[in-house]
Amino acid sequence: MSIMVENMKEKILEIKDLTIHYIIEDSVVKAVNNLSLDLNRGETLGLVGETGAGKTTTALGIMRLVPDPPGQIIGGKILLNGENLLEKSEREMRKIRGNKISMIFQDPMTSLNPVTTVGDQIAEIIRVHEKISRAEAHIKAKEMLELVGIPENRFSEYPNQFSGGMRQRVVIAIALACNPELLLADEPTTALDVTIQAQVLDLMNKLKEEFNTSMILITHDLGVVAETCDKVAIMYAGEILEYGTLDDIYNNTLHPYTKGLFGSIPDLYRETKRLNPIPGTIPDPTNLPPGCTFAPRCTHKKPECEIHRPSLKQISDTHKVKCILYDV
Amino acid sequence: MMIPVLLGVLFIVFLIIEITPGDPAAIMLGEGARQEDIENLREKLGLNEPFLIRFVNYVKGVVTRFDLGISYNTKRAVSTEILQRFPKTALLALLSSIISAVLGITLGIISAIRQYTIFDNLATALALFGVSIPNFWQGLMSIIIFSIWLGWLPASGSYGPEYWVLPALTLGTSTTAIIMRMTRSSMLEVIRQDYIRTARAKGLSERVVIVKHALKNALIPIVTVIGIQFGGLLEGSVLVETVFAIPGLGKYMIDAIRQRDFPVVQGGVLFLAFAFSFVNLIVDIIYSYIDPRIKSQYKRDKKEKSDSNKNKKEVAYE
Amino acid sequence: MSNAKKKTGLWLDVWKRFKKNRMAMFGLITIILLSICAIFADYIAPYGYDDQDLSRSFLLPCKEHIFGTDNFGRDIFSRIIYGSRISLTVGFFAVGFAIVVGGILGAIAAFYGGKTDNIIMRAMDILLAIPGMLLAIALAAALGPGLRNMMIAIGVGSIPRYARVVRASVLTVREEEFVEAAISIGASDARIIFSHIIPNAMAPIIVQATLGVASSILATATLSFLGLGIQPPIPEWGAMLSSARQYIRDYWHLTTFPGLMIMITVYALNVLGDGLRDALDPRLKN
Repeated sequence: MSIMVENMKEKILEIKDLTIHYIIEDSVVKAVNNLSLDLNRGETLGLVGETGAGKTTTALGIMRLVPDPPGQIIGGKILLNGENLLEKSEREMRKIRGNKISMIFQDPMTSLNPVTTVGDQIAEIIRVHEKISRAEAHIKAKEMLELVGIPENRFSEYPNQFSGGMRQRVVIAIALACNPELLLADEPTTALDVTIQAQVLDLMNKLKEEFNTSMILITHDLGVVAETCDKVAIMYAGEILEYGTLDDIYNNTLHPYTKGLFGSIPDLYRETKRLNPIPGTIPDPTNLPPGCTFAPRCTHKKPECEIHRPSLKQISDTHKVKCILYDV
Repeated sequence: MMIPVLLGVLFIVFLIIEITPGDPAAIMLGEGARQEDIENLREKLGLNEPFLIRFVNYVKGVVTRFDLGISYNTKRAVSTEILQRFPKTALLALLSSIISAVLGITLGIISAIRQYTIFDNLATALALFGVSIPNFWQGLMSIIIFSIWLGWLPASGSYGPEYWVLPALTLGTSTTAIIMRMTRSSMLEVIRQDYIRTARAKGLSERVVIVKHALKNALIPIVTVIGIQFGGLLEGSVLVETVFAIPGLGKYMIDAIRQRDFPVVQGGVLFLAFAFSFVNLIVDIIYSYIDPRIKSQYKRDKKEKSDSNKNKKEVAYE
Repeated sequence: MSNAKKKTGLWLDVWKRFKKNRMAMFGLITIILLSICAIFADYIAPYGYDDQDLSRSFLLPCKEHIFGTDNFGRDIFSRIIYGSRISLTVGFFAVGFAIVVGGILGAIAAFYGGKTDNIIMRAMDILLAIPGMLLAIALAAALGPGLRNMMIAIGVGSIPRYARVVRASVLTVREEEFVEAAISIGASDARIIFSHIIPNAMAPIIVQATLGVASSILATATLSFLGLGIQPPIPEWGAMLSSARQYIRDYWHLTTFPGLMIMITVYALNVLGDGLRDALDPRLKN
């Protein structure tokens, strides 16, 4: 029964075997390796992983904004509503960026052009994708400002006159101004104070509901994921190790890495003397281990793990995991 | 904040006047003048007063009457002579600035976009030559090649627009090189910023990203450089005018050196130094207007100052 | 690793980085060749710098005179070789003068701080308010002709540059040594200066000095061109250009070669200075 429900949902994004490498002098940084992901319309997917796992590169890959020297998309498919983005021309991609897919970045302090007013920056994206006059674009931009909780009379102010949280709201306004189908949010609240974080996340959720935007939220914070996401993908060394609904991941954790992530969060209700980090560090992306990339740090390691790279196995209609423990 | 600096400049020029050999009174009256006439003139000019009094008089003279002394040669006021000739110098400097700015910025942008290509390497090498070449030699060689051998442009004088081509290009060479290098490094730095990535993520074409977003930010420090270089152009025009026989302030000063007409040299140096400081001041003001970050900081400081003044007043009554 | 071995290791790294820069190597070799010309001019130059032969004047470049002869029949190539002496001497001494005076002022300003610092740095600002070449012209005109006066006239304008560099280095070191200095007093002041401040300041001073010699040589040529400083028959490149002016219509070689020498020398020094800067602190390059 539930298989049918899941498959009836409309897939807005399908990533199949995406591989992105950075070629620097003599070494090759394997940032994203055979990554596969799906996203249904209206859902929020949390892309979770440690720093260096390749999350930002994946998002840039979807936007085709991977800086070309030194980065290259080696292979794979990225299907947006069935069309492969990797086959589109640069001109076609420009129509998609900001319009069908928007991206917001981590540091609001540097994401805005310091010498243009915030209002103009919002109006700019509107005028790129819609053929309306300057006056009309200004009106729409002011509406966006109000929508994100900024008084519209601040239209002509410059980014340096705003705090971090408010700047991020402007960034969100810009990203949603053309009502994109997909929003990629790369750690949008990491650089903000905890109290502001909650406000910004609330805002994003509210707008997401209102416009039925699908979202990929990149984060390393499992708490944020629990608050905002429908589905979760755990990323490590350029691959997805586990994927499922919130319930799957949080209540039926399968992969040893995911268990390790949960285990390392200090429990508010228990007295512990020491933290439980996962031993070891992420592997060197220029020199990935053969076999399972997590094996060197895994407590459940078996000898086959170091030779044979497991593949993503479907455990339930929503839950997938890449680990030899679950190869039936 | 500029006043003590200008005062200091006056002091240095005054010191230079003091160490210059020769008795001004004797020189003005010429050879064969009688000793008592010389003495009388010295009294009249206040040349026998102690150092500090003479300095104060000097400053007073400059500031209130714009008195820069009397030319030994023409016996007219140096300030009059300077003001008569300065417009040509200013025009030359202005022409050179405009040419350098346009050329330098364009080449700098192309270099930055095509970093490490042949164009970039060539442009950088040429820029280095541009700052190394002595401008008076460049002028002489330009005359040889374009005037004498090719006959395209005139060699001296300032009788029409074509007379300004070689001088302006010669004077502007090193400035072009400096502006080009500055533009290149400023653009390279700006292109790496996060907001450029945001601009691309909006779906803007690369050209709009470069011109509307990158250039607008990169130009801010470049404008400062252009302004500062203008002062250097005033300095360089001294030589270029001499080589191309343009009757501006520079040529006048150099001729005065040959004729040992010291008041003209000292007055000219003082005048140009003041002009230089004035241009720098204008550049500072323009800079604070075009950079919104500084503009709003300025407004915020003014508001804080008036707030704290209000507080001060309240406390004083306790 | 002992301190001495660490130091030579660091300098070796600098040299290795420097060697990779071909332009900078060109600059270094050029300057070395020029210095050899200056020192051994008597042996290298085929003629004396004032060997006149009016019957052989105005000769274009030929086998006996590779740069031709001037209005007095003197060999231009020889005069240029001897000219390198003047340029390099004035260049180095003007910069040396500025480093010593500027360095002392900068060190005093940073060491004592407060009002002293303010006054000294204000004085430097005042010196900088007068464009360097104009200051040199005014000073040279006032002081009169002669090598020594030229060195002073050119050097004075450069003083603020080195004062700032030394001041910055002293300030950096003062922060670090603060704790130690608070404990030990007196004699260790000198040791602090020699074992910490000077090494810290050396790198930027070397870079500035190299570029400074370049601009000093340009200034020397300019002053001589204007008739200040060098007296004939001493061959200075700028002075040679000045006397070449009257014959510019007919004899291009009188103008071309001295100026070319000035440009090559200044270019070599600029490129050398840039290369040193990149080699000493590669982080600055990006």
